[in-house]
Amino acid sequence: MTADWPILSVTIWLPIIGGLLVLFSGDRAPGVSRWMALCFALLTLALSIPLYTGFDSGTAQMQFVENLPWIPSFNIHYHLGVDGISMPLILLTTFITVLVIIAGWEVIQYKPSQYMAAFLIMEGVMVGVFAALDAMLFYVFWEAMLIPMFIIIGIWGGPRRVYATIKFFLYTFLGSVFMLVALIYMYFKSGSMEILVFHDLKLNMTEQVLIFIAFLLAFAVKVPMWPVHTWLPDAHVEAPTGGSVILAAIMLKIGGYGFLRFSLPITPDASHTLDWMIIAMSLIAVVYIGFVALVQQDMKKLIAYSSIAHMGFVTLGFFIVFMIFARADVHGGAVLGVQGGMVQMVSHGFVSAAMFLCVGVLYDRLHSRQISDYGGVVNVMPWFAAFMVFFSMANAGLPGTSGFVGEFMVILAAIRADFWFAVLAATTLIVGAAYTLWMVKRVVFGEVGSEGVAALQDINGREALVLGSLAIAVLILGLWPAPLIDVMNASIGHLVQHIGVSKL
Amino acid sequence: MQYDLTSLQPVLPEIFMLGAACLVLVVDLFLSPRTRNWSYGLTLAALLGAIAVTVWTAGPERQLLFDGSYVRDPLSDLLKLAILGVDLLVVAYARDYLEQQGIYRGEFYTLTLFSSLGMMVMASADNFLTAYLGLELLALSMYALVAFDRDSRKGAEAAMKYFVLGALASGMLLYGVSMLYGATGAINFPEVAAAIGSGNVDETVLVFGLVFVVLGVGFKFGAVPFHMWVPDVYHGAPTAVTLFLGSAPKIAAFALAIRLLVDGAGGLSAHWSDMLTILAVASLAIGNVVAIAQDNLKRMLAYSTISHVGFIFLGFIAANDRGYGAALFYTLVYALTAAGGFGLLTLISRKGFDAENLHDLKGLNERSPWLAAMMLLILFSMAGVPPTVGFFAKLFVLEAVVHVDKVWLAAVAVFFSLIGAFYYLRAVKMMYFDKPFDTQPIVASVDSRLAFSVNGVAILLLGIFPAGLLQACRAAFGG
Repeated sequence: MTADWPILSVTIWLPIIGGLLVLFSGDRAPGVSRWMALCFALLTLALSIPLYTGFDSGTAQMQFVENLPWIPSFNIHYHLGVDGISMPLILLTTFITVLVIIAGWEVIQYKPSQYMAAFLIMEGVMVGVFAALDAMLFYVFWEAMLIPMFIIIGIWGGPRRVYATIKFFLYTFLGSVFMLVALIYMYFKSGSMEILVFHDLKLNMTEQVLIFIAFLLAFAVKVPMWPVHTWLPDAHVEAPTGGSVILAAIMLKIGGYGFLRFSLPITPDASHTLDWMIIAMSLIAVVYIGFVALVQQDMKKLIAYSSIAHMGFVTLGFFIVFMIFARADVHGGAVLGVQGGMVQMVSHGFVSAAMFLCVGVLYDRLHSRQISDYGGVVNVMPWFAAFMVFFSMANAGLPGTSGFVGEFMVILAAIRADFWFAVLAATTLIVGAAYTLWMVKRVVFGEVGSEGVAALQDINGREALVLGSLAIAVLILGLWPAPLIDVMNASIGHLVQHIGVSKL
Repeated sequence: MQYDLTSLQPVLPEIFMLGAACLVLVVDLFLSPRTRNWSYGLTLAALLGAIAVTVWTAGPERQLLFDGSYVRDPLSDLLKLAILGVDLLVVAYARDYLEQQGIYRGEFYTLTLFSSLGMMVMASADNFLTAYLGLELLALSMYALVAFDRDSRKGAEAAMKYFVLGALASGMLLYGVSMLYGATGAINFPEVAAAIGSGNVDETVLVFGLVFVVLGVGFKFGAVPFHMWVPDVYHGAPTAVTLFLGSAPKIAAFALAIRLLVDGAGGLSAHWSDMLTILAVASLAIGNVVAIAQDNLKRMLAYSTISHVGFIFLGFIAANDRGYGAALFYTLVYALTAAGGFGLLTLISRKGFDAENLHDLKGLNERSPWLAAMMLLILFSMAGVPPTVGFFAKLFVLEAVVHVDKVWLAAVAVFFSLIGAFYYLRAVKMMYFDKPFDTQPIVASVDSRLAFSVNGVAILLLGIFPAGLLQACRAAFGG
C-alpha cells in the first residue's frame, strides 16, 4: 500500500534535519538542545507508527514505496520501501532512539548538543539502511552510519575510547568496501542497482561464492560473528551508555538484516554450499562466546559477549534453512528458523538496550563497571534491582519474556535440521542463565559491598520511564508475539520460497 | 587563413584572463601595502569575470581555432570553469594567510592569474605546442610562487627542487613529443590520432615516445615513481601556495593527460593503460602507506594526493569515455577537497604561527565546532566515506574499472583506500577527541571562513546530489 505522504522519507530526513538544527543550537542553552532533540525523536516515533498501522501483512510486496531518480546516468534511484522484514526494525530504531535521548539527559554534560545531534542523525541514517531498496542508497546509508558512531564513541566514551572507536571504524569499513565491489559487479552484470533486480539476477557458482564472501565480510563484522567479533567488546565497553544501546539494539541488527536482504536471496546457491561455515560460526558464537561471557569482570563486556552469543542464534536461524530443505521428512521448519531469527533480533534489541541502560544507571552513580565493585544493590535500590533482575531473566531466555520466543523458535527449527545443532544451541539456555544470573547475584544481591554502594540513590523518574517502557515491550513480545510474527510472515515466506530455488 | 574578430570568440576567456592579469600587474605597481586589498578585489573580479566569459562562450559544439591548435569543446569549458572556481577559493583563502605571515605582496595575484591562464590554455590545447606552452606558463609561475616567501630557506629549497625536477620532466615530455611528431609527422592531435589509427606508423617509435609522454604526465600529476618532489614542495612552499599547487593544477594535469594521451595517442591506449596501471597501483600503495608515517599535515596531504592520483589513473585505465568521465569527476572532487584541506591550515595559522603539523588540529572541535565539522566532511570525503562526494568519486572510478573486467584492480584500490582511511581518521581523532595543543583563539578573516564553509558544504551537497556534476562530466566526453 502507499500512503498519501512520503512516510519513509519523513522518517529518514526529519531526524537528520532535526539533528542539524540541534547542532546549530549550540551548547549555550543545553536545556533547549535536549528538549529539541526529544521533540524530534518523539515526532519521528509518532510519524513512524503509521508504518505499522497502515501495513498490509497479507503481501510480501514492498510497501510505502517511493522511487525517484537520483543518479540517472548510473541508473541509481532514491528508492525506498519496506516489507515485513524491515518494518519492525524501523520501528525498533525510532523507539530506541527516544529512549537513548532520554537516557543521556543529565549524564551528558560535555557538548550535549553534539551528542543529541549525533544520535538523531544516526537514527535517520539507520532508518535509511532498512528502507533502502536501491543498493547504492543502502550502501550510502550503511557507511554514513559510521561517522556519527565514530564521533559518539570517541568523544563521550571511556578511557580507551580512541583505540576502540578507530578499531570499530576500520573493522566495519574493511567489511563494507568489499561489499561495494560486489555491488558494483552486480551493477555491471544487471545494469541496475535495484536490490530486487539483484534478487533475480542469474549468477554462476564462482560469482555467487565471491559475492557471498564479500557480503559475509560486511555483515559478519556488523553482526558480529565469531571470529570477527573482537571490535564489539571494545566498542561497547568504551562507548557511552547511549552509544552501547544503539550499537547493540540496532547496528548489530543491520548485519542480520543484510543477510536476509542480500546474502540469502542474491546468492542462494553459495549460501547453500557454504551454510556449514555460517552454522559452525554461529554455534561457536553461541557456545564458546557464552563461556567467554561467563568469566568477564566488567559488566558491559559481559553483556557485549552475551550480545554476540545471542546474535549467533540469529544467524543460525537464518542459515539452517538449507538443511531443513534437504530433509524430506520435515515441512515448514525453514520459515520457523528465519522467523525465530527475526524475533530474536527484535527481542535482543529491547533486552540488550535495557541491560546496557541498567549498567549505565549504575555507572552514572559509581563510575565503575566492575562487577566486584558492587554487591547488595537491592538493599539500597529496590526499584532498580527489580528491573535489572527482570531484564536479566529476559536475557537468559526465561519463558514469558521476549528472549524466550526467538530462542525457542530457532531451537525448534534446529531440531528439524539436525538434532545435535539443537543440543548445542540449547546449551545457551544454561550458559546464558549462568553468566547473566551469576552477574545479577554478584551485583544485585548479597551484602552491601562497599560504602559507595551504600550511598546509592534509587532510580529517578526519568530512568524509571526508560526502563519501564522497555520492560513493557519485553513482556508484550514475550507473552503475545503474534502481532510481530503476523507482520513478517508473508515476507519471510516469500523469502524462504525464493531461496529454495537455485539460480544456476 | 584570415582572422576577423568574431572568430576569436571561443578564445575570449583566455584573452580576458590575459588582460586581467596584466591589469592586476600594472595596478599593483601603484598600490602601497596598505591598499593591497585592491589587488585582491581585482583578482576576485578577474576570476569571476573569466567564469562569466567562459559560461558565455560555452556550448555543446566543438570549435577549432588557429589552424587547429586550439579547441573549445564542452570538456574545455568544464575544465576551465572548475579551474577558475577552485582559484576563486584559493584566492579567498590566501589573503588572510599572506597578510598574517607578512608576505602579502601583489605578485601572488599576478602569478596566480598567469598560472590560471596557463591552465586554461592546457585545457584547450589541441596540439603539442599549445599544450606545452600552457604547461610552461603554469610551471614557471608555480616555480616563482613556491619561492614566494623569499626569506624562507625551506621555500627556496623547495622551489629549486621543483624547478630542476620540473625542467627535467618537461624535457622528457618534449622528447617524447618529438618522437610522436617524428613518427606521425603531425602536431595537431586529431592528425596525430589519425596517423596512429592508419597503422602505417612504426609502432616501436610511437611506444618509445609514449613512455616519455607518460613520464611527463606522471610527473605533473605526482604519480609514483615520479612523486619525489611532491612532499618536499608541498612542505616547503608557503601554505597559501601549497593550497594552490595542490588543487587547480591537478585539473590542468588531467587536461594534459586527456589531450595528449586520449585525443592524441588514443590509438595507443592499450600501451599507455598498461603503463598507467603500474603507476596507479604504485601510487595507491606508496601514497597511502607512507602517509601514515607523516606527522606534518602538509606532507601527509601530499602523500594523500599521490594516492588520489592513483585513483584518477584508474579512470584512465578503463580507456573509454565512461572511465574518463569518472576520472574527471574524481579530479574535480579532489581539487575541491584538497583546497579545503590546505585551506584549513591557512585558517588556523595566525601572525607568528604557521600551522602545518598534525597536532595543530588537536582539539579543533573545542576551539571552533564549525571549522571542525567542515574539516570532518573534507577528511571523510578524502577517505571516501558517504555521504560525502569523495565516495561517489571513488564509486564511479571503481565502476569504470569493473566495467572493463578489471575487478582485481578495483579490489586493490579499495584495499589501499582502507589503509588510507586510517590516517584520515587519525586527523579526525585529533580534532574531536584530543585536548587542544594550541589554545590561542583562532584568528581568521570573514572571507576565508566563508570560503571554507562553501567548500565544506559543497562537499556534502555534491555528495547528496552528485547527479548534476556527474552528468556534466559525462557530457564532456559525449556521454
